[in-house]
Amino acid sequence: MIRFNTLLLIPRVPPVPRLCCWVLCCFNLSISLVLAEFVEQPTSPASEMVRVEDVATLSFYELVDAVKIRSLSKRGKAMDTLAGTDHPRTLTVLQALLDNRLLELRESGLVVILEKASADNYQIVEAHSGDAQPDISRSEAKNIKLNNRLRSQLRVMIGRLQLASDDVTIRLEAIKAMTKKPDAHTLETLRAHAEIEPDMRIQDELKLVFALQDMDSKDQAARLAALDVLAAQDSQEALNKLQAISKQDSEGNFLESDEQVRQKARKAQLQMEARVEVYAMVETVFFGLSLGAVLVLAAIGLAITFGVMGVINMAHGELMMLGAYTTYVMQQILPEHTGLAVLLAIPAAFMISGAVGIGIERGIIRFLYGRPLETLLATFGVSLFLQQTVRSIFSPLNRSVSTPDWMSGSYAVNDFLSFTWNRFYILVFALLVFAMLLQILKRTRLGLEVRSVAQNRIMAKAMGIPTERVDAMTFGLGSGIAGVAGVALSQITNVGPNLGQAYIVDSFMVVVFGGVGNLWGTLLAGFSLGIANKVLEPFAGAVLAKILVLIFIILFIQKRPRGLFPQKGRAAEA
Amino acid sequence: MILNYFKKDMENRIVLSVLLAITLLIPLCNLIFPPDSPLYFSAYSVSLIGKYLCFALLALSLDLVWGYCGILALGQGAFFALGGYAMGMYLMRQIGSRGVYGDPLLPDFMVFLNWKELPWFWQGFDSFPFAMVMVLLAPGILALVFGWLAFRSRVTGVYLSIITQALTYALMLAFFRNEMGFGGNNGLTDFKDILGFNLQTDAVRTVLLMCSGLALLGALLGCQWIARTRLGRVVSALRDQESRVRFIGYRVEMYKLWIFVLSAMLAGVAGALYVPQVGIINPSEFAPLNSLEIVVWVAIGGRGTLFGAIIGAVLVNYMKTVLTGLLPEIWLFTLGAVFILVTVFMPDGLVGLWRKRQELHA
Repeated sequence: MIRFNTLLLIPRVPPVPRLCCWVLCCFNLSISLVLAEFVEQPTSPASEMVRVEDVATLSFYELVDAVKIRSLSKRGKAMDTLAGTDHPRTLTVLQALLDNRLLELRESGLVVILEKASADNYQIVEAHSGDAQPDISRSEAKNIKLNNRLRSQLRVMIGRLQLASDDVTIRLEAIKAMTKKPDAHTLETLRAHAEIEPDMRIQDELKLVFALQDMDSKDQAARLAALDVLAAQDSQEALNKLQAISKQDSEGNFLESDEQVRQKARKAQLQMEARVEVYAMVETVFFGLSLGAVLVLAAIGLAITFGVMGVINMAHGELMMLGAYTTYVMQQILPEHTGLAVLLAIPAAFMISGAVGIGIERGIIRFLYGRPLETLLATFGVSLFLQQTVRSIFSPLNRSVSTPDWMSGSYAVNDFLSFTWNRFYILVFALLVFAMLLQILKRTRLGLEVRSVAQNRIMAKAMGIPTERVDAMTFGLGSGIAGVAGVALSQITNVGPNLGQAYIVDSFMVVVFGGVGNLWGTLLAGFSLGIANKVLEPFAGAVLAKILVLIFIILFIQKRPRGLFPQKGRAAEA
Repeated sequence: MILNYFKKDMENRIVLSVLLAITLLIPLCNLIFPPDSPLYFSAYSVSLIGKYLCFALLALSLDLVWGYCGILALGQGAFFALGGYAMGMYLMRQIGSRGVYGDPLLPDFMVFLNWKELPWFWQGFDSFPFAMVMVLLAPGILALVFGWLAFRSRVTGVYLSIITQALTYALMLAFFRNEMGFGGNNGLTDFKDILGFNLQTDAVRTVLLMCSGLALLGALLGCQWIARTRLGRVVSALRDQESRVRFIGYRVEMYKLWIFVLSAMLAGVAGALYVPQVGIINPSEFAPLNSLEIVVWVAIGGRGTLFGAIIGAVLVNYMKTVLTGLLPEIWLFTLGAVFILVTVFMPDGLVGLWRKRQELHA
């Protein structure tokens, strides 16, 4: 009924207005057409062919090719469309563009990328395919330039592309790059991304970014809520923000006007600073433990030979050096498998250093039993000999031993606390070696014999234990462990002829501090000296810390001349 | 009886007369003969021989503690270097405003480090007598404190050797630090003159050589005298049977301390004579390796004979000069081999071999 009426109404409109209506309608239409035309206008020839609808039909080559167009605004458009494709090389091309490495060859017009092949060697590859191109001189190509607006636009695009990556680390990198100077648009992208991000660490990172943004908002409630987030985050940025809140400007006004927010921020800041201190302590202890692990590794072999045979082996450091060079040689033999070479070097170093050790014992030390000072001198002669041998074979320069991938880098718990992998592995390795040695001494026949000879040589001999053979084996065992320690050392210091010298005094200190003939004493001494060194370092500097530790040991020896855990009973007098 | 005594002491007398000859004749030759004469000693050989004499004195000081007292001190180089530094500080102050920066008071390295005034421990070193007292006191006091702590708590044998090594190592690290105020890495150098005489002249060099020779002679005679006194006899006794000496009622640690401090002071004198002759003192003198080398000199010469230490020091250093000049790579091999051979095959050194031969012939 109504409809009918309305329909009926039309004829009731007078003819002139009806005409007007038509005209208006037509005008409207034409305006929209003109507008449409106008909007389409900038996408003239070059970019017209890369309209979003056409992307499917265009090859990636053409998309890349469009970027070289002269007009900067059109170049922006072309970049946009390029970013919209999901070709695997998109990111590479855009990154190259951002880094000024995207070039256009003057002659053929081909778009290429300048890629770093090695330290100071570049190569040219086709942008769209990554195929290598012949070398060109600088004048044969021109850069595809950007202005600042395009550059920031490009950064966002790259960030967005990286956000879509499957790799968590790439996403994290992208977020870090995007949040350096986030604008509203970027933030929106990030907020949208936060909805779909599955990884917790990235979620945390994003929360932090949003909270940092919210702290600048006018809304007090939003700021308070953001504070909660910041307080829970152990990050340098959050701490900086919190510290900034309680700052005053030159006129004594607080930068943050709201008292409630300020108090809350202050509290959060203090708490976080306390946490940071704890983290620093944990890190110091970790560094100390890892240094201690090195000391334990270096000293433990010495402890055996000293404890069992009463022999000071001054060549111990050089036996470690042999272990380190074994690692180097292994890596030369297996250049492709760094990690495998290091693992294989462990038994190899044990064998080599052990064999050299047995050689020293059979060739020199057994003639000097009962004369500890002469033994010290003779083994020192051996150490000079070994040093010079290595110097003659491998040159006096340091050799570089590479670290396998799984040992390099570090695990960052947060901004204030991170553990380096190589230190961690060495700690574990030292404990393993220690445990194994303990088991050998406790459970094997050799261990039993070694202990008996250490307790009472004459009695052991009377009971039929071949003390000479036991001596040789003990020396071999101690030397072998020195070799294994050398493999570990090769991962953290320079491998050179002086490697042993650097550790020999320290490892003596550990043995003397721990008490001769007591492996647990060595372990405890090594770790406590390591930690003491690292605790003192921030106050006194590395060198002074070392000096202080040395002085401490010298004084300690006065108090307890036989170390932390002295041997008791008759054996101590022998 | 008297004839017998001289017969027994023949080697010693030979060494003494050779030393006397060197001390007197070389300066004479240097001054009297023209440079083209075969008997002329060039400035280079004069300071080289002077250097050997200093090393001989150092070896003598070690033989006193090691050979007579049985303390294998692996830190003798530290006392040598301390004496050297005391002398070096005097020589630094003598430079005055002739340094690169021309500061009348501060040595160059202090100006370089932006120090405004002389640290307290540099005060007084512009006076020669004070510096000479410090040459004795600096090593002496260190030895006194260290020895008192160590001997009182009966640290012996390899433990003592190792902590003396730690001592010199710690000092090396300390002196490497710029903040210590001893020139850091570079040490003290660029010396100009001593007591107003230019160090570069032949006359001063020969005088320094004579001083070294006389110091060595004096030290040798003095040490031999000490060895004959009651003190020396007790010390030798405690080397062989420490507990027994203690039970008889001697205060073993006091005797040890006495000898240890005396030996440190001798080493300090050696260092003080060494520095003006070589023109530099730096922290590498504290390196544990240096102290071990001194032990080799004594071991080669024959420990516990005093003059043997002198023979060993001169011989090894002459070998070092020749070998490092001809074949630098061979030197460490040789030194290592000497270490091993001497300890395994000739525990009493060259003097021991000589005496054995004499006994066989007798």
